[in-house]
Amino acid sequence: MVRWDDAKVQRAVGSVLRFGVLTAAFVAAVGGALFLAQHGGEPVHYAVFRGEPPELSSLVGILRGSLHLEPRALTQLGLLLLIATPVARVALSLVGFLMERDRKYQVITLVVLLILLGSLVGRI
Amino acid sequence: MVIVPLLAIGFGVNLQYAIGASLISVIATSSGAAAAYVREGYTNIRIGMFLEIATTVGALGGAFLAGMISTSAIAIVFAAVLLYSAWLSARPRVEHVTQDLSDPLARSLRLNGTYPTPDGLQPYGVQRVATGFSLMFVAGILSGLLGIGSGAVKVLAMDNAMRLPFKVSTTTSNFMIGVTAAASAGVYLRRGYIDPVLSFPVMLGVLAGALLGARILTRTHPKHLRLVFSVVIVALAIEMVYRAIQGTI
Repeated sequence: MVRWDDAKVQRAVGSVLRFGVLTAAFVAAVGGALFLAQHGGEPVHYAVFRGEPPELSSLVGILRGSLHLEPRALTQLGLLLLIATPVARVALSLVGFLMERDRKYQVITLVVLLILLGSLVGRI
Repeated sequence: MVIVPLLAIGFGVNLQYAIGASLISVIATSSGAAAAYVREGYTNIRIGMFLEIATTVGALGGAFLAGMISTSAIAIVFAAVLLYSAWLSARPRVEHVTQDLSDPLARSLRLNGTYPTPDGLQPYGVQRVATGFSLMFVAGILSGLLGIGSGAVKVLAMDNAMRLPFKVSTTTSNFMIGVTAAASAGVYLRRGYIDPVLSFPVMLGVLAGALLGARILTRTHPKHLRLVFSVVIVALAIEMVYRAIQGTI
């Protein structure tokens, strides 16, 4: 088996980051372009906070809308993929620490990963 | 750091939407910069991961607080952080690298490392881990409350308290801001503070900037850049306080 060290883990993390960021940018750009093509001429209203509807603020809503190619849901999916890139970075670091058999950092990384996942699916 | 005032003051966007879009920009900066240069080998992933326990818990607390206090109060805290950052960036940043590897917490957590210099790999020791950890908790709260990367507090923690070399603290802090912002972004997304149409141009602009910025930055004078930056953020801070008092933010 190949021996893993910090440098090797970081290179793997770098490739995943590049792929994640480019995918996120592509999805958001497609969704944004579709939205602007349909509603680009309309005025915007961001002065008053109303909050996004569930279709754009829950994982299920965003995924469902994206499957129907709803432009704003697709754009939100791009943003969600961007939010997921640091989470993927932490998950990959966990794999790295598993390979290095570093027990202490397996626990530390798992705690960080659980906090991140909890924030995405929790109920705060 | 300037995204929130830019959107809130420049474009009249509601503060909560502006903070949501800013969190997206922080993640884009972090992941974009990391994707652009990961091969340099300065990031200390152990320091980053250990301190992220503090920053992510803080970020959740900050995001929770943001839902409870008024936008005027948030604007005042924001202005204070802007002024502190202006003061910090107007002063020369002092590097306190040490080869003292005796800090017990740093030893048991294996935080001490090496970094490449012109004279080959140099070892560096990490000091005052507990102080750094506490400051990172504060950085996390500010990040979750204001939607910023809290770079200024991280500099305080990593350069001044923990005595990391610049090259290590800069890249490690970049790793951490993305993870910290992701923790609060989840909460903001579920609260409906992240608007796709407002945030996607911010994200694409920042990503393009992160990829191009590295080239332009090498050709400008950092001294002039810092001065311009300080003047701009002091002006923004004054405007934010004014609007907070007027109740128009």
